[in-house]
Amino acid sequence: MTLDVRLLPRFPAFTADVEFSAPTPGVVALFGPSGCGKTTVMSAISGLLQADEVSVNLDGRMLSDLAPADRRVGVVFQDGRLFPHMTVSSNLRYGMRRAPEDAGGTVRIGFDETVELLGIGHLLDRKPRRLSGGERQRVAIGRALLAQPHLLLMDEPLSALDASRKHEILPFLKRLHDDLDIPMVLISHSITEVAQLADTLVLLDRGKVTAVGPVGEILARADLPFATTINAGAVLSAKIKAHHTRRWLTELDVNGVSIFVPISQEPEGTRVRIRIPAGEVVLATVAPPENVSANNILPGIVRNLNEAADKTMAMAEVMVGDTLILSQLTPDSVQDLAIVPGKPVYAMFKSIGVQVF
Amino acid sequence: MIDLFTHEEWQAIRLSLVVAAYAVAMGLPVAIIVSMLLRWPKMPGRTVLNIVAHLPLVLPPVVVGWLLLVTFGIRGPVGSFLNEWFGIRLVFTATGAALACAVMSFPLMVRAIKLSLDAVDSGLEDAASTLGAKSLDRFFTITLPLMAPGVVSGAITAYASSLGEFGAVITFASNVPGQTQTLPLAIFSALQTPGGEEAAARLSAVSVTLAVAGLLLGEWVGKRLRA
Repeated sequence: MTLDVRLLPRFPAFTADVEFSAPTPGVVALFGPSGCGKTTVMSAISGLLQADEVSVNLDGRMLSDLAPADRRVGVVFQDGRLFPHMTVSSNLRYGMRRAPEDAGGTVRIGFDETVELLGIGHLLDRKPRRLSGGERQRVAIGRALLAQPHLLLMDEPLSALDASRKHEILPFLKRLHDDLDIPMVLISHSITEVAQLADTLVLLDRGKVTAVGPVGEILARADLPFATTINAGAVLSAKIKAHHTRRWLTELDVNGVSIFVPISQEPEGTRVRIRIPAGEVVLATVAPPENVSANNILPGIVRNLNEAADKTMAMAEVMVGDTLILSQLTPDSVQDLAIVPGKPVYAMFKSIGVQVF
Repeated sequence: MIDLFTHEEWQAIRLSLVVAAYAVAMGLPVAIIVSMLLRWPKMPGRTVLNIVAHLPLVLPPVVVGWLLLVTFGIRGPVGSFLNEWFGIRLVFTATGAALACAVMSFPLMVRAIKLSLDAVDSGLEDAASTLGAKSLDRFFTITLPLMAPGVVSGAITAYASSLGEFGAVITFASNVPGQTQTLPLAIFSALQTPGGEEAAARLSAVSVTLAVAGLLLGEWVGKRLRA
């Protein structure tokens, strides 16, 4: 099933022409600089943007024909938007009370489990103004979930929070993704958030879609703006294969390729997501010696090479089996090693350089 | 205490309190609706409505009274309809006095409610609609509670000013003791009577007391609601 979105709203100062399709259930991330139309797309999906040329179809249901109150699209706003005159408990129950008994045949999300999942049990009697930013955002997520949505929209749910609060909320969002089958649309300008949560990535720039596809593919594509920034890196889905406790390493299986990372607490078989920043990956054209400090030495073939216009950096796409890995090089190294598409290389990176989510 | 005022004076005080209460009860729902309409920038005729709603503030009260007389009098378009179909007569009655007070205090209510309504974050109403609340539901659960400070302070100010309404009441409802003779009308009559200065002073003291009490109450309630 899919979520299809198409909109062509025209405002005096801004014209959007957005069209994308994403598999459901899954997390779609809308990513782009501020002013690129992310929030416009979200308002169109929730129905808060009134425009003629909007079509939103979720699993065959034409959402854009319905009033916002009938769409069953839960929204977590950037600023929370908790009702100030109600307690946390009344806020949480607001949408729940108004949800139809048979909310589309999906599993009903219960009050107690939500409160527990979000860790907000001790806040129920408080008014929103007596909550911290992180608490407020968790209540907002709970309120949207309890309305039994068919689709959950989150507009930069973490942007109002400082780094430590982000670490408080991110695990909840991950659990939502893993435990519930609700499709989600996430607006974000943090590549880490996107890498951790998204399945499909929609890149927006000045009201247009510049790329759309599975998050691993898009983030690894060297021709996109990510490649020229520190954001570049390969995002891969992996499964924990074995813990090598004596070496303090965990072996992951990525499409048949073994990748070693620092030892993990998760049990074997757990699905995780990893990101290998392009700057961490060293290329070699001959088999490297045994005595290097990199735990991961993967033979592969260069698929593509992109040089930055100002000749400061080049990005190599290396295929290791079916897995794409990015490596950031200087043009000097490209010349020394004669890196061209089709050339066999070894991609090396330290286990400590891999980010595991 | 009872001996302080004559029977007629007591009647005037009691009547004032009752008439003002009816005036607020009549005017408040309309004031809320008008304020909601004025909030909608694209509403057709918004400027006209805004002017009409504020007109009683700047018109001479006697003109308002006369307009009411023309409209709601026995031969007026609305008055004749009410009289024939429901047997309701507004001219020269306490209900008519209340109507006059309601019209005169209407701008005060609208201004207070609008002020409060402007401070209501429409984002919260949007949030409510994504949670499944339709327009009336949204109004009663989100908008109305959030604009409550304006509604309450508007009602209190309108009540206090209705206690003192003179021109429109005497024009439309006349000055019948026990029927339409409210406090200010009683003071006026006392001043017209030789030797009535003492009674006028006593009633004026009551008037001042009620006005001060009303303003204090408005302040206090406003503070409590905003806290």
